[in-house]
Amino acid sequence: MTSPSSDTGAGILRLHPDGTASRGSRILGIVVLVSVVVFLYVALVASAPDKSLDAQGQLVRIMYLHVPSAIACYTAFFVTAVASGMYLWKRTMGWDALAASSAEIGVLFVALTLLTGSIWGHTTWGTWWEWDPRLTSTALMFVLYLGYLALRRAVLDPTSRAKQSAILGIIAFVNVPIVHYSVDWWRSLHQTATVASLDPQIDGLRLFALMFGMVVAMLLYVWLMMHRFRLAFAEAALEAKGLDLALAERRAEARADGGTVPPSVKTEGAS
Amino acid sequence: MADLAAESMLRDAAMVVGKDLRLEWRSRVTLSQILPFALLVLILFAFALDPDRRILEEATPGLFWLAVLFSMLLAIQRAYAVETTDGVIDALRLSDLDPAGIFLGKAAGIGLHLLVLEVVLFIGVTVLYGATPHGGLLVVVTMLLATAGLAAAGSLYGVLAAGLRVRDTLLPILMLPVVAPVLIAGTEAFSAAYANSSGDGWKWCGLLAAFSVLYLAIGIFAFEPLLEES
Amino acid sequence: MDAVVRFRAAVCLLGRFPALAGVDLDVAPGEIVLLQGPNGAGKTTLLRACAGLVPVTEGQADVLGVDLVADRRPVRPMVGLLGHATGLYDDLTVVENVRFWSKAGRSKRADADAALARLGLDGRLADVPVARLSAGQRRRTALAILVARRPRLWLLDEPHAALDQDGRDLVDGLMADAVAAGATVLFASHELDRAEAVAHRSVTVAGGTVNGLLAGSAQEVPVG
Repeated sequence: MTSPSSDTGAGILRLHPDGTASRGSRILGIVVLVSVVVFLYVALVASAPDKSLDAQGQLVRIMYLHVPSAIACYTAFFVTAVASGMYLWKRTMGWDALAASSAEIGVLFVALTLLTGSIWGHTTWGTWWEWDPRLTSTALMFVLYLGYLALRRAVLDPTSRAKQSAILGIIAFVNVPIVHYSVDWWRSLHQTATVASLDPQIDGLRLFALMFGMVVAMLLYVWLMMHRFRLAFAEAALEAKGLDLALAERRAEARADGGTVPPSVKTEGAS
Repeated sequence: MADLAAESMLRDAAMVVGKDLRLEWRSRVTLSQILPFALLVLILFAFALDPDRRILEEATPGLFWLAVLFSMLLAIQRAYAVETTDGVIDALRLSDLDPAGIFLGKAAGIGLHLLVLEVVLFIGVTVLYGATPHGGLLVVVTMLLATAGLAAAGSLYGVLAAGLRVRDTLLPILMLPVVAPVLIAGTEAFSAAYANSSGDGWKWCGLLAAFSVLYLAIGIFAFEPLLEES
Repeated sequence: MDAVVRFRAAVCLLGRFPALAGVDLDVAPGEIVLLQGPNGAGKTTLLRACAGLVPVTEGQADVLGVDLVADRRPVRPMVGLLGHATGLYDDLTVVENVRFWSKAGRSKRADADAALARLGLDGRLADVPVARLSAGQRRRTALAILVARRPRLWLLDEPHAALDQDGRDLVDGLMADAVAAGATVLFASHELDRAEAVAHRSVTVAGGTVNGLLAGSAQEVPVG
């Protein structure tokens, strides 16, 4: 097993030459798989359905997917913000890779949150969308981080991209509570009594199911992060190697144009 | 030391906003293009909603701020289009202008243009939608505070997008989620003013004030690195 | 005597492309040094690096005592760059541009006015919006801003290009005057006959590399 030579804060994560898996991630993957199966059993079979609803009663179980994925997406964006700050402090590309990977996975979880939230809402409201404050601010957060990903795609220079998206990553997270607070307050003024907000009625086994669900979501997040981060890390290492090649080509061009490589430059291979 | 830094920051801001106002006076882009656009948006709203004036009148607070937001995107893009032509941005980096001062100057320029747009839009909704406002002070304060927040956020995101080829499509997607709270707060404050029940309206102004202060602070610190990378 | 410019094995990346792949360069105070080389060799990048606009990622790069690798911003007030782009606001007049950029560069108003006169811009061209000027006239305006700045290091990217004969003579005169007043000039040019006449020394840039040490200087190993 090899690890990239440049200093990038990879820590204990080691890259497998054939892919992004490792013993650690395989073990974790099995743990996640088992937990998901157990969780699904607890959530979908063992815990009691909401007695007030009949056919929809079963569908309300979707909240067991909704709340954990919401937790996961907030965690992901928090990690992005912290990693962004660390990049601005330490200026090593590993932090940038961490921030970007976490944002991507976060966007995935937000989409899942919105989807499951809409389905859950359907069981309570009968319609697919009722401008529930939490779902609405989640939708805004979705677009906010799509913008972050769009910025990353728009900047070509790696250092520039890292710096600009780091600043955006922090500011975007600062926006999240502002958006939440304003939307919450706004809806509290306008919400009619018939539209209930999505709140799980939790007790006993249901509470356990929810808590377990959150743990499962976090494990899933970590597992996805391991792979995505390693991929980003490998891409950065590849870019660094490409750079060495480009430097050699440029110096060859110098000799071809009749110049000479200056004496202070170390010969290739000595770096 | 801090006083000197603040003084030079404000002086540079004054230089930049003076230059931007002079540019506007010469080119008349806001006057001849963005202003008509804003009025056009008001007219298009009437086509989209039932021209029965009740609906338009009731929705006036929201429609006003929507028109402001759309015009704001153009104003920000224009503000930074002049800085990204012909090596001007290099000249800005090479000059001794305090980047925080440049930020405040650009924000002030955008803010002044927005205020002019808002005054015209206000006349527009009063005439076209038949809304008659009470609570004039609340309306004025809301406009000033919301504009400060929009201008500060706009100046910051504007420089972020400025150097990119895709800036025209990226800026809206970056800015609009960020200024959604301003849209909500502005609409609520205007609704309170129009309904003559100003109590809640002032609380929304508090939110606008907090938003503005936050973005002015962020901009003062974050502008320099973003200017370097543009 | 401290060198005004001192590069050892400097590398500059533009995105992923190594525009400068290894620069050894010394420029002594009061020198006029010509950079010559084919298109794409890195002359523009080298000038911009000296101005503190492009990060130097490897090697050693000191300009006027400022370590460009550590923090390149402090060098900017001390240099004047005439690039390919002119850095002017199209809708403002010549005078407005020169006055704005002079004030932004903390130059004195008197210096700005003198520069306008020196470059022949205080007459009928003074109140013309820059957008309506020819390329050569725009270049003169940019030069006026540089002259008003009175930098210790002049960085000129093809200063003779786009100018007529009078303009080219004027540029040569400005370079000589600058050096007489204690500044140093580093310029890139394809006009080799004229350039070699005015320069003290010529350095070749090829494939992002420069071998520009002064004769007799020791060949030092780079730090870091």
